[in-house]
Amino acid sequence: MEMPKPDQSVIARRRDIAAALSRIVPGEGVIVDKDALRPYESDGLTAYRTLPLIVVLPESTEQVSAVLRYCHENAVKVVPRGAGTSLSGGALPLADGIILGLGKFKRILDIDYPNRCAVVQPGVTNLGISDAVRESGFYYAPDPSSQIACTIGGNIAENSGGVHSLKYGLTTNNVLGLEIVLIDGSIVRIGGKHLDSGGYDMLGLMTGSEGLLGVITEVTVRLLRAPETARALLIGFPSNEAAGECVAGVIAAGIIPGGMEMMDRPAIAAAEAFVKAGYPLDVEALLIVELDGPQSEVEYLIGEVERIARDKGAMSLRISQNEAERQNFWAGRKAAFPAIGRISPDYYCMDGTIPRHQLPVVLRAMAELSDQYGLRVANVFHAGDGNLHPLILYDANAPGELEKAEAFGSDILKLCVKVGGVLTGEHGVGVEKRDLMGVMFTKDDLDQQQRVKCVFDPNSLLNPGKVFPELHRCAELGRVHIHRGQTRFPDIPRF
Amino acid sequence: MTTTLKPENAGQVRDAIAWAVAQETPLEVLGGGSKRAIGRPGNAGHTLDLSALRGITLYEAEELVLSAGPGTPIAEIDAALGEFNQELAFEPPDYGPLLGQAAGAGTLGGVIAANLAGPRRIKAGAARDHFLGFAAVSGRGEAFKSGGRVVKNVTGYDLCKVLAGSWGTLGAMTQVTVKVLPAAPKLRTVLILGCDGHQATAAMTGALQSPYEVSGAAFLPAASAARSGVDYVCRAAASVIAIRIEGPDQSVEYRCAALRAALAEFGPTEELHGHNSAAFWREVRDVLPFAGDTRIVWKISVPPSDGARVADSLDGDAFLDWGGGLIWLAVDAADGAHQAVRTAIAGCGGHATLIRAPAELRAAIAVFQPEEPGLARLSAGLKASFDPRGVLNPGRIYAGV
Repeated sequence: MEMPKPDQSVIARRRDIAAALSRIVPGEGVIVDKDALRPYESDGLTAYRTLPLIVVLPESTEQVSAVLRYCHENAVKVVPRGAGTSLSGGALPLADGIILGLGKFKRILDIDYPNRCAVVQPGVTNLGISDAVRESGFYYAPDPSSQIACTIGGNIAENSGGVHSLKYGLTTNNVLGLEIVLIDGSIVRIGGKHLDSGGYDMLGLMTGSEGLLGVITEVTVRLLRAPETARALLIGFPSNEAAGECVAGVIAAGIIPGGMEMMDRPAIAAAEAFVKAGYPLDVEALLIVELDGPQSEVEYLIGEVERIARDKGAMSLRISQNEAERQNFWAGRKAAFPAIGRISPDYYCMDGTIPRHQLPVVLRAMAELSDQYGLRVANVFHAGDGNLHPLILYDANAPGELEKAEAFGSDILKLCVKVGGVLTGEHGVGVEKRDLMGVMFTKDDLDQQQRVKCVFDPNSLLNPGKVFPELHRCAELGRVHIHRGQTRFPDIPRF
Repeated sequence: MTTTLKPENAGQVRDAIAWAVAQETPLEVLGGGSKRAIGRPGNAGHTLDLSALRGITLYEAEELVLSAGPGTPIAEIDAALGEFNQELAFEPPDYGPLLGQAAGAGTLGGVIAANLAGPRRIKAGAARDHFLGFAAVSGRGEAFKSGGRVVKNVTGYDLCKVLAGSWGTLGAMTQVTVKVLPAAPKLRTVLILGCDGHQATAAMTGALQSPYEVSGAAFLPAASAARSGVDYVCRAAASVIAIRIEGPDQSVEYRCAALRAALAEFGPTEELHGHNSAAFWREVRDVLPFAGDTRIVWKISVPPSDGARVADSLDGDAFLDWGGGLIWLAVDAADGAHQAVRTAIAGCGGHATLIRAPAELRAAIAVFQPEEPGLARLSAGLKASFDPRGVLNPGRIYAGV
């Protein structure tokens, strides 16, 4: 993966740029010192590091607007950043660009229970929203595993998911309004406390746009009433196929669980060794199925899932009898990533989505690739919605292993696309999957996406080098191609 | 003379649009034509009729996914899903009867292009939330796609959201993939009679704040309730607050009882069971209280707690859906009361769309909510990026877009 060559003329202007930014964001909001820049050199994808030109930490929408206007007028690239937990390098700095950090936008502006929504600043953490409304019996549904640290602004940029997205949707299904600042400094408000918009769905377009279209300065999210109760089943299976059949059986029975997670044998072993959640170690696959809702409904559905699981050959089955036990079932799954971190110097977390029934095919192929590359792999899987997180174990200090892990990962993602899935389910394209976009999209597909980028950011100053494998000039993309043959009336049924 | 082009495959759609680009002649893009009378009237020279791109090409019930041609009638999709006890959870409305046409003409492409949703919008989302992927031809005559067939997908910009609600102004879809969900086995509706709008807002808000998973919350003042085909509702001769509960049998019974207890302060409660419930919510979904007359009809989306107040401030008949967040308003005024409508929502935020009006009125006033200049610039830019020569439904939502 190569980033665009830094523009030396911008780097040469560093001192002037810092001075100009300090006039907009006075005090300690502009960071130029090398040691102080260091914490910003990478995000959650730590394999890549670049020291940014400057970091600026504005405190108001007006400051964000002035910073962006300055950058637009002076051709300075901008990388927006929330908490920097992206696993795809979405906030990877550019040597010739500033980091625009939204960390100081930490206020919850309005909690509106009658309209079941909250208005918050983008630097509020995902969990911070739920924490603020928990006492009143509400929560914010999307729950990415980084929810303690990741910010709602970053969630919008990445369209984050989580274990509950099967039933409650992704970020895009839980956002009502945004305030964004465009690269020219103009401030645009989209949506509000009402549902849907009259014109084009800019809210939907902004969500998952990975910081390439605008900078988010305010967010209105939906709040949901917490379910009366939640209970979980912990079910062991003799094969991945049997676990997969159980998942399909649950859905076919008309049940949409609050969460339905699967782990394969290596992941179970690592998690159990780490948190001692009481996971069975003699099974090939483990399912956690969580049902939430009114007590009577949950009891009934637990029975249904148990019946289906036994029918599909479950080797072990436990049902949580209280909240502590439910939390315990989840403890291993939630600690799966750090658990892998204990048994391997490094791991590389992948994020493809596949049609669920392809799981056995994909896992078998992955085992073959694992042998071929000589690298171990453990799998955790949002089984309900087909989102697969293979964790490739490697040692960054062993020469060539990072490259090998990346090649392995890229083969897995190509496989996901081949069986009808996609490159990324919730982590984003960023720099990580940028060069694989051509596996999924044609040139015409990507050109149209880039034309959308041109509408918002014609000089490609916002987060360049991310998402798109090739950067085209907007003028070139804008041309309309007319073919001579098409001036004749087309040969189509007409009336 | 206008000609109707009726392509039978994606290649022919591309040929048709490429031809229109070369001729610089606009096309009116149609599915079943059931929503043709919504939007600013156009002056397209020719019609691009997508109704031949019809049929379900993939339906995997256990994967909760369905793909079909955009011209596939919703009725055909409902029937296929019904065999597996599944449904389009956003409850696609059928505005045919409201617009003085036959029911049942709507297509999958049409309901997505208009981003419609029924009463379950508050719980399950709108068409946009169930739209997983598409293939389309842009106004450049280029075939392109976005999304996929899986629910979790953040690969590239979410152009599905942009096409949903674009009213055919950005691309002509040739293939549509949607998420489908299990249909609830049981359905009941809790009714409270005789409340005013203020009390109705409090009751609906209370129900929606409860943990009882309400999937519909509507308020019909007496005039609208009297037009119901459900005996119990029309004979009540009073306003009706309706709260819908869906799910497994014992859960529905439990939640209904709990809600009736919680809402007792608003008056005596009653229950509608399965058949009557289904009929009632179909009426709300399809705006049937206003079908069969010629008044101007507005669809107004506001913060739910403002719905009753905004409706009360306007002349005409109104009823509320989405827990108060959706106002259906019927007015007699020749100018459609458009100034009053826009003013009424200016304070609380939201948008109003003219759904039923004569062509002259739709040409004279803003049909869709006028956008702030910054947003309008982005909308015009988006249109130009997909359709630089303005050959696809030009002007249908905004002049110049």
